[in-house]
Amino acid sequence: MMSTSLPIANKGIRHWCANFLYRKPTFFLLLMLVPPLIWFGTVYLGSLFALLWQSLYTFDDFTMSVLPEFTLANYRNLFELANADIVIRTFSMALAVTIASVILAFPMAYYMARYATGAEKGFFYVAVMLPMWASYIVKAYGWTVILAKGGIIYWLIDRLGLTSALEAFLALPYVGGNTLSTSHVGRFFVFTYIWLPFMILPIQAALERVPANLLQASADLGAKPSQSFRHVLLPLAIPGVVAGSIFTFSLTLGDYIIPQLVGPSGLFIGTMVYTMQGSIGNIPMAAAFTVVPIVLIGIYLSLAKRWGAFDAL
Amino acid sequence: MRSKTKVSNDQRAPRWLKALAYGGLVFLHFPILMIAIYAFNTEESAFSFPIKGWTLRWFAEAAAREDIMDAVWLSVKVAAFATAIAMVLGTMAAAALYRRVFFGKDAITMMLIIPISLPGIITGIALLAAFKMMGLEPSFWTIVIGHATFCVVMVYNNVVARFRRMPHSLVEASMDLGADGFVTFRRIVLPQIATALLAGGILAFALSFDELIVTTFTAGHEKTLPIWLLNQLTRPRDAPITNVVALMIMLITMIPILLAYHLTKGTESVAGSSK
Repeated sequence: MMSTSLPIANKGIRHWCANFLYRKPTFFLLLMLVPPLIWFGTVYLGSLFALLWQSLYTFDDFTMSVLPEFTLANYRNLFELANADIVIRTFSMALAVTIASVILAFPMAYYMARYATGAEKGFFYVAVMLPMWASYIVKAYGWTVILAKGGIIYWLIDRLGLTSALEAFLALPYVGGNTLSTSHVGRFFVFTYIWLPFMILPIQAALERVPANLLQASADLGAKPSQSFRHVLLPLAIPGVVAGSIFTFSLTLGDYIIPQLVGPSGLFIGTMVYTMQGSIGNIPMAAAFTVVPIVLIGIYLSLAKRWGAFDAL
Repeated sequence: MRSKTKVSNDQRAPRWLKALAYGGLVFLHFPILMIAIYAFNTEESAFSFPIKGWTLRWFAEAAAREDIMDAVWLSVKVAAFATAIAMVLGTMAAAALYRRVFFGKDAITMMLIIPISLPGIITGIALLAAFKMMGLEPSFWTIVIGHATFCVVMVYNNVVARFRRMPHSLVEASMDLGADGFVTFRRIVLPQIATALLAGGILAFALSFDELIVTTFTAGHEKTLPIWLLNQLTRPRDAPITNVVALMIMLITMIPILLAYHLTKGTESVAGSSK
């Protein structure tokens, strides 16, 4: 049936084209590459360069308009105390979220890679993947509801009789705030929750590749489980940890929705960029600010590459 | 040598580890569950716990709201166009990159990944700055352009993985039997990559449907569903309807993901890959 309908005898223009493309694979390659290259070259890279270009423009404070005169003032402004403060605040949050994600993700990833088999493994995979893909804004919204005064966490803490302990904790400098939903710890919590699956899956993938008999060999040679963990398993898991941290780190650096919804006032890089371009119209300064995460992530990626993280992605 | 009991113990997880793993799962699903519960809450105040009673009333009220339905429709249209563009560009890129080694290949692969590895705010503001430079007003099409850019990689990743597992001898055999390139593509290649292409498309759709950060920069006055929700959160009112919409967004993104997972599951060995 199928073979009879093959147009062997068809010597039309289409056949000629097909043969031509088959005989000239380089031409075919170019043909396939040109549309995506045009799209990414003009739309994406073009936009990025336009942004970087504009970071060198002058913003006139009096007329509130952008002048196409080149200056390095925007980059100098980054080092002003208030702006450096924003960068440090964002950076330390990204770091804290990354560390917390590793600690939370490791046992889950380890269980998934080493003990879960068959249906349980599939279940775990889907159960981690679904929240990862589920709507970001809805998850953030869910936490604003959960952390709000009168919400479930306050209710639970009240039931456990820990209200005064929570208040004492929230009174601490740096971590605390007025309520859970306006505290640094609340924001840290939401960030960690939202990026956690991005850490679990790469670690799981890295641990999956560690052959079980490696651990048996380590045990046979007399290592205690904790020693095997430290000297055998952990070094082999590092590429996965680094791969996951690329996500948690970079996503926290650039986020501007969660800092708006949860936590105390005080700008993040993302919220600063948004305010600069939105309410003030100072695109040059906003552009200079976006260079900070690009540089930080660039440094991080080159380090990660050296640690072999890309093999674990 | 280890004793027999020790070996069987090695296969079973310690209780504390199992508890941590399942505890982590509960943590991951807790806020999603809460949103689902609150959507049926009779109470009009947003988050009081415990729940006083159950109702379906807010679903009806949400369905009757024109602004919500407009936002749903806009989000669906944007996602459909962005997905269509991403499927074409992603498949082309995958077909070009899966087999040949050439100069600049790594750079091209990198370029496809950048839009999802750099924070969304950078992509968003870069597009906005470029649109402004070109005198393009934010509109439906600027949103589509933004979304398509980061959706391509979803399709590319899925399709390129399938291409790599497809033995090239299938294509050669088809050619030997007299089929030309187009026939080979339709009869041999397309059926092999079809589910991966579909799964990539579904992921791209879900990604676009939920995308917020790039959209806020490229949307102008248009309101996609996530933007509608964000506006609702910064100026809180109609809390019960907000909960319903949140649950709706959740379902519209999660169900396709399950479907995509189902489509690509168990395709590690595509027909003929044993050579």
